Amino acid sequence: MATEILMPALSPTMEEGTLAKWLVKEGDTVASGDILAEIETDKATMEFEAVDEGTIGKILIAEGTEGVKVNTAIAVLVEDGESADDIATPAPEAAAQPAIETPVPAAAKAEPIAVVVPEEADIPEGTEMKSTTVREALRDAMAEEMRRTPEVFLMGEEVAEYQGAYKISQGLLEEFGAKRVIDTPITEHGFAGIGVGAAFGGLNPIVEFMTFNFAMQAIDHIINSAAKTLYMSGGQMGCPIVFRGPNGAAARVGAQHSQDYAAWYSQIPGLKVVMPYSAADAKGLLKTAIRDPNPIIFLENEILYGQSFDVPQLDDYTVPFGKAKIWREGSDVTLVSFGIGMKYALEAADKLAEDGISAEVIDLRTLRPMDTGAIIESVKKTNRCVTIEEGFPVCSIGNHISAVLMQEAFDYLDAPVINCTGKDVPMPYAANLEKLALTTTAEVVEAAKTVTYR
Amino acid sequence: MAAKKPAAKPNVSKEDLLKYYKDMLMIRRFEEKAGQLYGMGLIGGFCHLYIGQEAVVVGLEAAAEEGDKRITSYRDHGHMLACGMDPDGVMAELTGREGGYSKGKGGSMHMFSKEKHFYGGHGIVAAQVPIGAGLAFADKYKENGRVTFTYFGDGAANQGQVYEAYNMAELWNLPVVFVIENNQYAMGTSTKRSTHSPSYWERGAAYGIKGEEVDGMDVLAVKAAGEKAVAACRAGKGPYILEIKTYRYRGHSMSDPAKYRTREEVQKIREERDAIEHVRDLLLTGKHATDDDLKAIDKEIKAVVNKAAEFAKESPEPALEELYTDIYADA
Ligand SMILES: Cc1ncc(C[n+]2csc(CCOP(=O)(O)OP(=O)(O)O)c2C)c(N)n1
Ligand SMILES: [Mg+2]
Repeated sequence: MATEILMPALSPTMEEGTLAKWLVKEGDTVASGDILAEIETDKATMEFEAVDEGTIGKILIAEGTEGVKVNTAIAVLVEDGESADDIATPAPEAAAQPAIETPVPAAAKAEPIAVVVPEEADIPEGTEMKSTTVREALRDAMAEEMRRTPEVFLMGEEVAEYQGAYKISQGLLEEFGAKRVIDTPITEHGFAGIGVGAAFGGLNPIVEFMTFNFAMQAIDHIINSAAKTLYMSGGQMGCPIVFRGPNGAAARVGAQHSQDYAAWYSQIPGLKVVMPYSAADAKGLLKTAIRDPNPIIFLENEILYGQSFDVPQLDDYTVPFGKAKIWREGSDVTLVSFGIGMKYALEAADKLAEDGISAEVIDLRTLRPMDTGAIIESVKKTNRCVTIEEGFPVCSIGNHISAVLMQEAFDYLDAPVINCTGKDVPMPYAANLEKLALTTTAEVVEAAKTVTYR
Repeated sequence: MAAKKPAAKPNVSKEDLLKYYKDMLMIRRFEEKAGQLYGMGLIGGFCHLYIGQEAVVVGLEAAAEEGDKRITSYRDHGHMLACGMDPDGVMAELTGREGGYSKGKGGSMHMFSKEKHFYGGHGIVAAQVPIGAGLAFADKYKENGRVTFTYFGDGAANQGQVYEAYNMAELWNLPVVFVIENNQYAMGTSTKRSTHSPSYWERGAAYGIKGEEVDGMDVLAVKAAGEKAVAACRAGKGPYILEIKTYRYRGHSMSDPAKYRTREEVQKIREERDAIEHVRDLLLTGKHATDDDLKAIDKEIKAVVNKAAEFAKESPEPALEELYTDIYADA
């Protein structure tokens, strides 16, 4: 029977890819394990192996085609004595899972309003902007800082020869050499401690955790050694170090690989905690982090790595800590978020605008220090607030913001603050449950309508 | 007891040899199917295949007795099949369905079976090592004569908690076999690039633990070494370390571009050292089986694997209420 060869999913987050090169042609016989094609994902070029044996009857997607969706038929494999036409209509098996939408209560239809995007205050007028992925922005920040001073170096698992497990350090080994881009064994507790020692010794380490889930092995050094030493030494000895890596849920990687640590680290005096959303902020904040004389927790997100944003083309673009960014100006409700939570906040603001609700969207960017002033100023105007994050609900960042607003803006609040968070459960693997466990744009919209009594 | 090399080739019955062949082939075909389902988007997240390493678990399971325990990393499908877990339930967990061993809530890296004494499926490199020693602690405490097989990789073998566990395991003579599955790579890092110590099993000597290196592409050698290690543990002379030299044919996980080794290196081992081919040769040259017998076995296994794949596709997704169950046990 003729079978279709489908565009494979080659990583947890892959939805489409480029069919870079065919290594077989029509009429070739292939055995299981033969390489059929090279496929480019946003992370890497991968070889695609044959599973079944047979003859390549027809190539359906030409090499060089970009944006080929996973599960599209790319070729037809036939058995002896068959022709490619034996396959009637190519109907690839859809692996799509049913989407689960939290129902949004029907509201009285209001007139849509325009979305107000404020001017970029920090960027000089006329600055050239370049569309850059978060991945590239992070790499550029490290490269620029490593060029600036030899004290900066990068270490972590697979950061050098493999070019980074998520390809963040692509090209750094080549430019800076093995002295400054260092592969470590899988020994988080050990290399975090070595990083802290190197910082005490006058260097500026960037320690990459393959993901922050693995930093739990190292958390003793992050908190007991890095965060507390300046204080314990009466101000003599600080720890200028950046701990960075992807944080939070990726896609379908289960409970042990999907945790958001924003609230955990934000609790610790002595640490500064950064969680960028856009590529420009990822770059500007990482440069600031590397220059800061304190231990910095820099929380990235795997899903954001491949997303593009405009980045200003300036020689030395930095973003200060403790300064929130307003992405949308609005008057009815304040949405406060950070990191990937911003995706839900911005989508919700657009949806709310359609329903005539004007949402102000604040990206905290740094969680410690936190720009509570910006939140309070906004709430004075809107009198309502919804916070959005992916982490667990108990003792969340949103809980903290709610407490701050209650203490410092009590008289301005017209509704209790709602915290949209991940659910109070370990992350499930099943696709349908994982969707439910994360916060959603629909939940944010619903919360905004609740606090605005619509 | 001195660490002796196992005798050249232990005697093995035709039945046993056929069983090892089937068990290894079962793992390989299962993993190939899992790779296929991943490519179709039916399996998500990380999926670490065991292809190439089959002789390790099959050999050690041959040395185990009913009631012995096992625990391993995220590269766990082979271990589950070898200890007798149901392929349907394993595959359905890979697809995140109700019929999976963890009702779809654990996934490829996190599966358990109390019935088969399989304690996971752990996603954090080396975390299973002290836990395995703890299982052995419980067995010793209960004086039940059971042994725990604690599997971990060459990469995991550098983690500090391994050595903390070694020290206590020897201090308290725990009945645990530490099995280092040295497949020569931890993701993209070859063992040469992660340590200068010449062997992993010898590190046990610093704690007074005996051990040895084993050819992991020879299921009979693995079984013989396993029997020795188990005997030591049951005699109250545990722990024991087996460093099993093996090789993974596929990428670290499904998303590994595998630029850190050549195709030739992989091809050479497949052609010259494949553990399944080795037993196949023994069966054929020993006249224990004919080509047709082996073809029939292959067909039988394919049917089991196809059935598992069908089950894993047909089994429904977990009920939405499952999101909030199993967080706390009833007190
Ligand atoms: C503590 C921790 N650090 C890093 C990782 C990411 N990671 C997963 S598997 C792996 C390589 C492990 O190699 P090895 O122990 O040799 O086992 P193998 O994959 O070869 O079976 C790494 C770095 C992790 N899961 N846990
Ligand atoms: Mg390994």
